[in-house]
Amino acid sequence: MSAADAPGPVLAPPPAGERSAGAPLLEVDGLRVTLVARGRQVHAVDGLSYRVAAGQTVAIIGESGSGKTVSSRAVMGLLPPSARVEGHVRFAGVDLVGLPERELRRRRAVDLAIVLQDPARSLDPTMRIGPQITEAIRAHLPLSRRAARERAIELLGRVRIPEPRRRYDDYPHQLSGGMRQRVVIAAALSCNPKLLIADEATTALDVTTQAQIMHLLVELQAELGMALVLISHDLGLAATYTDEVVVMYAGRTMEHAPTRELFHNVRSPYTKALLGAIPRLDRPPHDRLPVVQGRPPDLTRRMQGCPFHLRCPSAAERCAAERPPEVVDPPGHRFACFFPHGEGNLP
Amino acid sequence: MTVTGPAPARSPVATAPGEVLLAARHLVQEFPVRDRSGLRSAVVHAVSDVSFEVRAGETLGIVGETGSGKSTLARALFQAPRPKSGEVLLAGQDLVRLRGKALLGARRHLQMVFQDPFGSLDPRWRVSDLVEEPLACYRVGSKGERRRRVAEVLELVGLDPGVFGGRKPRQLSGGQAQRVAIARALALEPALVVCDEAVSSLDVLVQAQVLNLFEDLRERLGLSYLFIAHDLSLVKQVSDRVAVLYLGRLCEVGPAAAVYGRPAHPYTEGLLASIPPPDPDAGRSRTVVGVQGEPPSPIDPPSGCRFRTRCPRAEARCAAEPPELAAVDGDPDHQVACHFPLPAVPPPSTPVPSGP
Repeated sequence: MSAADAPGPVLAPPPAGERSAGAPLLEVDGLRVTLVARGRQVHAVDGLSYRVAAGQTVAIIGESGSGKTVSSRAVMGLLPPSARVEGHVRFAGVDLVGLPERELRRRRAVDLAIVLQDPARSLDPTMRIGPQITEAIRAHLPLSRRAARERAIELLGRVRIPEPRRRYDDYPHQLSGGMRQRVVIAAALSCNPKLLIADEATTALDVTTQAQIMHLLVELQAELGMALVLISHDLGLAATYTDEVVVMYAGRTMEHAPTRELFHNVRSPYTKALLGAIPRLDRPPHDRLPVVQGRPPDLTRRMQGCPFHLRCPSAAERCAAERPPEVVDPPGHRFACFFPHGEGNLP
Repeated sequence: MTVTGPAPARSPVATAPGEVLLAARHLVQEFPVRDRSGLRSAVVHAVSDVSFEVRAGETLGIVGETGSGKSTLARALFQAPRPKSGEVLLAGQDLVRLRGKALLGARRHLQMVFQDPFGSLDPRWRVSDLVEEPLACYRVGSKGERRRRVAEVLELVGLDPGVFGGRKPRQLSGGQAQRVAIARALALEPALVVCDEAVSSLDVLVQAQVLNLFEDLRERLGLSYLFIAHDLSLVKQVSDRVAVLYLGRLCEVGPAAAVYGRPAHPYTEGLLASIPPPDPDAGRSRTVVGVQGEPPSPIDPPSGCRFRTRCPRAEARCAAEPPELAAVDGDPDHQVACHFPLPAVPPPSTPVPSGP
């Protein structure tokens, strides 16, 4: 463990992309998830590998059906029993895949935490917010009722809820969406997790509230030295707040690189299409966006080739028949494509 | 090639580009509710004295966050429900004063596309029937003529009538369903289409397709749009002019380039600062928070300027008198409602001073 016990004032974290990764806290290695829906197998995640160290932020970016959310559920062990999970999810060196349910539950509760998109569904509407946090604390930490209550109030203050002692007795409906998401984050932090997964945690919020919540997460990460996995469809969030980005499409990893490298040297045509399709403030009005036609493939079928080949402007015959292997070029920048964009020295 | 319907619209509304097509004047919409204790009745001030114009062939974007009243505003234009006071002038005719058939007749020139396409399409109907419904409602042409028109509009939105006409909504993807909703809106050849978060629920690649479709239709049919969304980049992409709404009041309105390039209202500036740009070198610190605090309740909005409780520039005057829209830098087209508008920013490349 490095720097975990370094005292002194908490400094603002260095800009995205400039932190070097320490020993990985979470190692996802060759993750494959097959779900069963209406009697058919869905190949939701088909090869995902990434590592996150303490204090580091990795984004997993993708559209609906890309497998980004299923992958986070697999890491948390939150998939239904019918789901088949292959590969490794090592947390602090211990493989969580195949771990007995009880052991998994204990680790999940203490070391890993997840914040979901809709705070209204994460909170019990019939229960005051404070006791919801207290309950989470008491389930996993040996604290008295009074001590747990004090800790809950402290946590509410920590997520910048004004007058936490008074707000403790509020019901979820008395809070705005942004405040509710703060409460969910407070509950997620209740056992000092080492890893926090934010799964579209700001998607349902207004842009000003999103900025506040992201700011809060960055601050808390620096304070607590957490590793952060940001699951999102928003490339702006990835560019602004992360060290590394994984781009997923139809369950596959299309590209994976340090944030700066990814945005400056896009290799995968899919990433290029995504970046081209977002409206940007610097475009003139009525400008046509470069588009790709079609829709993502049916995940109930095993794909022979590249999942993007039917929509890809660079695709050739080979792309339909053969699965493109993972190429590393330049070092640290991975992508799966036979005909990549950008700079590199391919064979 | 222009698309012509089987039966021409009865009274084509103002067509000369640049003429005012739709004008909202001092619109007010309020709803009675119970307050939090559930005992006393209170009033939600959803839209308070909002005025704007949409010119023929133009897209006016309306940007607002949750609770800004943007959807309520859109509905008030359609008189569903009618606004509490104010005027909605469509080609000079006040919809607020129209009743029954006269209102119905005027409203066909005004169509709406909503966020959730599946919510606006009856799941039991086939696509061709869904698109024909508005034509049948207005008894446009014969059955055969309507069928031909349906095929035309489906082609127009990029759906093959032979393939998609017989499908039901559940057999469509999100993007296809939104195209059907757009085809429905276009069937009656409206002059103005109101898009309320019309692409917000679509994935980015599909969203780009639909945005381009809106642009194609604007060019080919000379349509005007009122494009309502919370996403500032999206609104910038499609709009000639932009209006910023906060808690039921207009903060700023003007040409898109002016509002985004030289925001005069502190709220507009805060909104813009809140967007994380898709560029890791944007030179913007990730610890910036654009707007502090929480939006106040529209049940008890702040006196004077409604943004004053979160505004870094607020002074006593802001609580005392609500600011009126006034020209920015003498430009009558760019207006701001602020007692202490932001000064013009020197040309770019002067980021917030930080360090050396």
